[in-house]
Amino acid sequence: MSEATAHDDHHDHKPTGIGRWLFSTNHKDIGTMYLIFALVMLFLGGASAMVLRMELFMPGIQIVDPDTYNNLLTNHALIMVFGMVMPAGAGMANWMIPMMIGAPDMALPRLNNLSFWLLPMAGTMLILSMVISYFPGTGTPVNTGWTLYPPLSVQSGMGMDFLIFTVHILGISSILAAINIVTTIVNMRAPGMTWFKMPLFVWSWLFTGLLLIMIMPVLAGGVTMLLFDRHFGTSFFDAAGGGDPVLFQHLFWFFGHPEVYVLLLPSIGVLGLIIPTFSRKPLFAYKPLVWFMAALTALGMVVWAHHQYTVGMSLDATTYFMIGTILISIPVGMMLMSFIFTMWRGAMTFETPMLFGIAIILMFSFAGVTGVMLAVVPADLQYHDSYFVVAHFHYALIPGSVFGLYAAVFYWLPKWTGNMYNETQGQIFFWWTTLSFNLTFFPQHFSGLAGMPRRIVDYSPQFADFNYLSSVGGMLFGLSHLLFLYIIIKTIKGGEKAPANPWEGSQIGTTGLEWTLPSPPPFHSFNTPPAIK
Amino acid sequence: MTNTESYFIPEPSRWPIISASSVFVLLFGFILMINDVSVGSMILTAGFLMIGYIFFGWFGAVIDENLRGSYGPNVSTSFRQGMFWFITSEVFFFLTFFACLYYFRGIAIPSLSGEGHQPMSNILWDGFQDVWPLVTLPGDTNVVSGTTYTPPKEAMGAGGIPLWNTIILLSSGGTLTWAHWGLKKESKNQLVLGLMMTVALGLIFFGFQAYEYFHAYTAMDLKLTSGIYGSTFYMLTGFHGLHVTIGTIMLIVITIRSMKDHFTEENHFAFEAVAWYWHFVDVVWIGLYFFVYWL
Ligand code: HEM
Ligand SMILES: [Cu+2]
Repeated sequence: MSEATAHDDHHDHKPTGIGRWLFSTNHKDIGTMYLIFALVMLFLGGASAMVLRMELFMPGIQIVDPDTYNNLLTNHALIMVFGMVMPAGAGMANWMIPMMIGAPDMALPRLNNLSFWLLPMAGTMLILSMVISYFPGTGTPVNTGWTLYPPLSVQSGMGMDFLIFTVHILGISSILAAINIVTTIVNMRAPGMTWFKMPLFVWSWLFTGLLLIMIMPVLAGGVTMLLFDRHFGTSFFDAAGGGDPVLFQHLFWFFGHPEVYVLLLPSIGVLGLIIPTFSRKPLFAYKPLVWFMAALTALGMVVWAHHQYTVGMSLDATTYFMIGTILISIPVGMMLMSFIFTMWRGAMTFETPMLFGIAIILMFSFAGVTGVMLAVVPADLQYHDSYFVVAHFHYALIPGSVFGLYAAVFYWLPKWTGNMYNETQGQIFFWWTTLSFNLTFFPQHFSGLAGMPRRIVDYSPQFADFNYLSSVGGMLFGLSHLLFLYIIIKTIKGGEKAPANPWEGSQIGTTGLEWTLPSPPPFHSFNTPPAIK
Repeated sequence: MTNTESYFIPEPSRWPIISASSVFVLLFGFILMINDVSVGSMILTAGFLMIGYIFFGWFGAVIDENLRGSYGPNVSTSFRQGMFWFITSEVFFFLTFFACLYYFRGIAIPSLSGEGHQPMSNILWDGFQDVWPLVTLPGDTNVVSGTTYTPPKEAMGAGGIPLWNTIILLSSGGTLTWAHWGLKKESKNQLVLGLMMTVALGLIFFGFQAYEYFHAYTAMDLKLTSGIYGSTFYMLTGFHGLHVTIGTIMLIVITIRSMKDHFTEENHFAFEAVAWYWHFVDVVWIGLYFFVYWL
């Protein structure tokens, strides 16, 4: 035994200095870097949103010119989706999956580090795509929105080339991360960790990984064709040469719709841990829930064109995509039901993660309802490209994925840092963000239904009141994140020491391996495979 | 007693961050180059050199670790699964281009010629006919990018070089399998000979393809700017050709490694990975032959 301990000590020896981070092969260090990157991007993306909201505070053009507005809008979306939510999810996968399945590390640790370091490179490219347009002779800034539709994207200046390669680097990073995570889940489970003993978070990342492997290459193909149309004279997206700009929309949304599940699923996985913990009851209908996730993954791959109802597809196609999209709300609804049934008659307590959990269920259901409204073709012909869509996807994305990540941060900070966060501050943050979020986006349903178009710097004075509310809400929402940052930094620096398992109910109905390790856990999670109940 | 022996966790490594930076340098140079910034091609070259350096360094390190026997069965399973998922993503990359080809032929062009669900679209170019391969284009310039289109004189036939290339690539799959049998029988001669034949066939394929491109550009006026037929033709065969090139380089590497006795019956992940990759390239070609050249 003493020999084994000596051996463990040796493996627990941490590399020191900056090299520990730059050359890391450790899942926790890489996870931490992912999370820090995501946090930085959260503030960058947030800052651009603040400018957008300030501009929309009043009708008329006050702060930024239209091209800059559209450029900021594009970057806001890309930063939030690719720079914030996806890396944060990957960071959590890195941190938690090896611990949850009883592995010492990820399956391919060096590849893991490559996936991470590609992100700052992509971030640099993205920033270049913004600043390059300030050089003379480089054409218009990127002003297409995150969907990059041609012909506008064929027309924009050199910034678009930087953006295309940003997407390529991000794509490589995501594919490599997905390969690694899927391989880890399939191959690195401790003996006895059978498929249906895996915590829901691990399942959610298995499906997310599979989705990424299938969709990122399609986006890469699409933007490659865009590049060729821009520079090498091909006619993929030009009708005069026999091509079709609508094809790009198909490619983009073949990626884009599953992408929203890439953003959503990890957070659903987090809910699958948090709701049982604070209800002190096992997750209701765990196995069916896994199958619903699988159904969501499969169905999610074949409904993409509900984003294109207005481009003139055939009646057959629109009908098919409408029915498919409405069908999706069944597995989504079932997942939420199973969370609600988990809470039913549970001994609930309402710590910050749980508050977020309940808020997610309420507000995300709301997004599901507006989603079904948008899925209905004749209705969508009215709503499309209006602020109603903006309201829909912010209700889907912020509660659906971002709040899930926040819940996870509060749930796991004690494990990650070894310190408890301050519960009062956590709850203040919860109420502050949730209320200001609703103040920001709820009015947009009305301005959208009344006909306010999205992605435009100015608007007709009749929408002024709704936008005033949205802007005030937006500023408050942005400010609340300073508190978030403060809580995180304070918890990292110190605070009440956290025990190995700070949450009373965290091991009910699940293996809960991550809670058997001390907080913070040793450098390599499980050097000996743990015994599995 | 401990599990780390079979799990193997590599020491900190500088290769990943160097790789990420060289990807950045490479692409940055490429962007500048296509935008006619003069330093672009120099930066691009630097990027290529960096990538080459990494291939030697990183793969070299992995080969060393393997020869030192650091990898247990767990690691080799992880490698295999990783390769499997990588090829899956490549499959989706190619499916994208095949799907686009289908979309143009089945939806976009019929619609331009006034068929399909929106016949009124013929108002754009009255009298435009849906004939594949599309040698008569609807219009003559891309008003957005300013490209002037050059319609091809004729389309690529399915006989001749493409047919030969099909035969060559299919046989190369056979010689590779024969080499694999050699590895299993521990017959080094059969292994090395099989691999060399595969490399040779790959090179011949590459040569034929290069000749075909040259002929298409000079004699047939079939170019990237020849409208959608040329665009899809070069996109599909070009990315395939790129994969053949990468595959051939990988084959050369494992041929050299076979000569140095690196592979044993139990331990030959690299051989298998390259073989899978090569068979994948093979299958893509069959798809190309049917949908691009023949139908
Ligand atoms: C019940 C499930 C859902 C349904 C039926 C649904 C339906 C739709 C439809 C039909 C649109 C297109 C609206 C238009 O452009 O006219 C749309 C847009 C959008 N949805 Fe959903 N959705 C659902 C869930 C989600 C989820 C879970 C997310 C993300 C986590 C999401 C994110 C988005 C985004 C980002 C857009 C706008 C994309 C853009 O145009 O930039 N949706 N949704
Ligand atoms: Cu969608």
